[in-house]
Amino acid sequence: MTLEIRDLAFGYGGRTVGENVSLSLASGEVLALLGPNGAGKTTLFKTVLGLLPVKAGDILLNGQPLSAWPRRERAKRIAYVPQAHAALFPFTVLEVVLMGRAPHLAPFASPGSRDRRIAMEALAGLGMTHLAMRPYTEISGGERQMALIARAVTQEPSILVMDEPTANLDYGNQMRVLSHIRALATRGLSVVLSTHNPDHAFLVADRVALLHASKLNALGSPSHVLTPAALKQLYDIDVVIGSIDGSEARLCAPRFATPSDMKGTNHGSPERNP
Amino acid sequence: MMAAERKGGLWLLVGALFLLALASMSVGKYAGPSEIVAALRAASSGQATDPVLSTVLWNVRLPRVVGAILIGAALAAAGATYQGLFRNPLVSPDILGVSGGASLGAVIGIFLSLPVLAIQAISFAGGLLAVGAVYAVGLAIRGRDPALTLVLAGIAIGALVGAGISLIKILADPYDQLPAITYWLLGSLTAITRLDVVSILPALLVGLVPLVLFCWRMNLMTLGDEEAQTLGVDTRLTRSVLIAAATLITAAAVSVCGVIGWIGLVIPHIARMLVGPDFRRLLPASMISGAAYLLVVDMLARSIALTEVPLGILTAAVGAPFFLWLLASGRRAWQ
Repeated sequence: MTLEIRDLAFGYGGRTVGENVSLSLASGEVLALLGPNGAGKTTLFKTVLGLLPVKAGDILLNGQPLSAWPRRERAKRIAYVPQAHAALFPFTVLEVVLMGRAPHLAPFASPGSRDRRIAMEALAGLGMTHLAMRPYTEISGGERQMALIARAVTQEPSILVMDEPTANLDYGNQMRVLSHIRALATRGLSVVLSTHNPDHAFLVADRVALLHASKLNALGSPSHVLTPAALKQLYDIDVVIGSIDGSEARLCAPRFATPSDMKGTNHGSPERNP
Repeated sequence: MMAAERKGGLWLLVGALFLLALASMSVGKYAGPSEIVAALRAASSGQATDPVLSTVLWNVRLPRVVGAILIGAALAAAGATYQGLFRNPLVSPDILGVSGGASLGAVIGIFLSLPVLAIQAISFAGGLLAVGAVYAVGLAIRGRDPALTLVLAGIAIGALVGAGISLIKILADPYDQLPAITYWLLGSLTAITRLDVVSILPALLVGLVPLVLFCWRMNLMTLGDEEAQTLGVDTRLTRSVLIAAATLITAAAVSVCGVIGWIGLVIPHIARMLVGPDFRRLLPASMISGAAYLLVVDMLARSIALTEVPLGILTAAVGAPFFLWLLASGRRAWQ
């Protein structure tokens, strides 16, 4: 399953948010999308999910325009993981995950034992079996995010679109979610995710795309794309990028006036800080 | 374990409803439980019974009991549907103006001194028209959350319809028509006949079919439009069909018994506490609880005072404290 975006213009209503966006996604690849608030990451995702119409250009799923795919067929191939949200009604985690079976079921059908097995496998794969019967409304934000990932896995898609999967999670849950995303990619799933944290892109992405001023500014491997100059342009923040002894991934640290700087003592570049 | 518990709960409700129906048959001024047993025994052995007694039982009480069951179930089913569709636990079947439209229709009918059947027909049409107007406004306003647009349009149209009702109340003959209008607006099963029961049955059944067919899809609608769409649901079609179905059910119920509030709002919450939010269990549990609730309230209506107490007063007087108790006891069916 391939996803190809060619010269895409996207937006909503009369407003065009981004133009001339071209990128393709290989199977098993994780693509991280970075961009400042309001750059249009979510709008781009909604367009790729078919929730907003394409303004110009093409989105091709297996060579066919996205709009030519019936909604259900599309949903069998592209799954969406929204940001962990509070559900209104106390469905159990299993009931929420089972909703991922919807595109595979006839309009009037309910999930059966096979669907239940697929859902339980998805939960087991994420180490969530013990939460299956808990109300979704009573679990933590991190657990909800994992439940929504399990729902997307239950959808048996080829492509996962994740809107800031690490937002609102504590540090441990952020790392757990990222490592599960890596594991899903190893199994052949393609993942597009948005993040505000360059470190997360270093940790999880094969390629990074930068969305800024309604254009795709850069597209390539994290170490090529995520440079201090690019991040300065994106966020107007000076950063240094390097690695700490013992960590494999590169890290990004801001350089702004800290209280110690103001006293005139300079501790040197952050990468050598204890 | 949980599923078995929940299924058990449903059967318990069915049993309770059956007992309530029997009890309701035997409550009233004319004949008590012993007469009922005698009449049933006589009927089963083919003996002749007191004709007045059999008229009371089969032509007055039976339609009333069946009507209470049908209307209670209908209002609760519509309430559960609307609460899920609009993702709001405070929504009741009249959110899109169906009760208002039906009331305006009935009030116009009473004002024009039309026969009962015509009043019911206008009321039914008024309910459907009001919701149709709300839906048309919702379709005309694009680019916003469609569920929220519908609710807001419903409030606006409801206010307009309410103004119409108030106007007719002022114009109506204060000795003859005004009491009839007031009484109708508070809801009653007093005058319900076999013909009424039979005439609303098709609308109730037709409306129930989509609710049953889409019962699992209904769960997906509670996720909101965008998420449901990414799961392959045609949300616009599904919502249109379900709104039409719930509206049909409510309009049919309101057209024969007037406005009976609270059932559609409160009963789905109680059902959700009993069986959980899965619409496949929530729908039957709401219908049975709604039927049982209206049976109880109707029994109270004809036994606590010398004259019959309008149902709208009792459903609120019984329902509101119960609802507050549920709130205070911390058993939240939502969140």
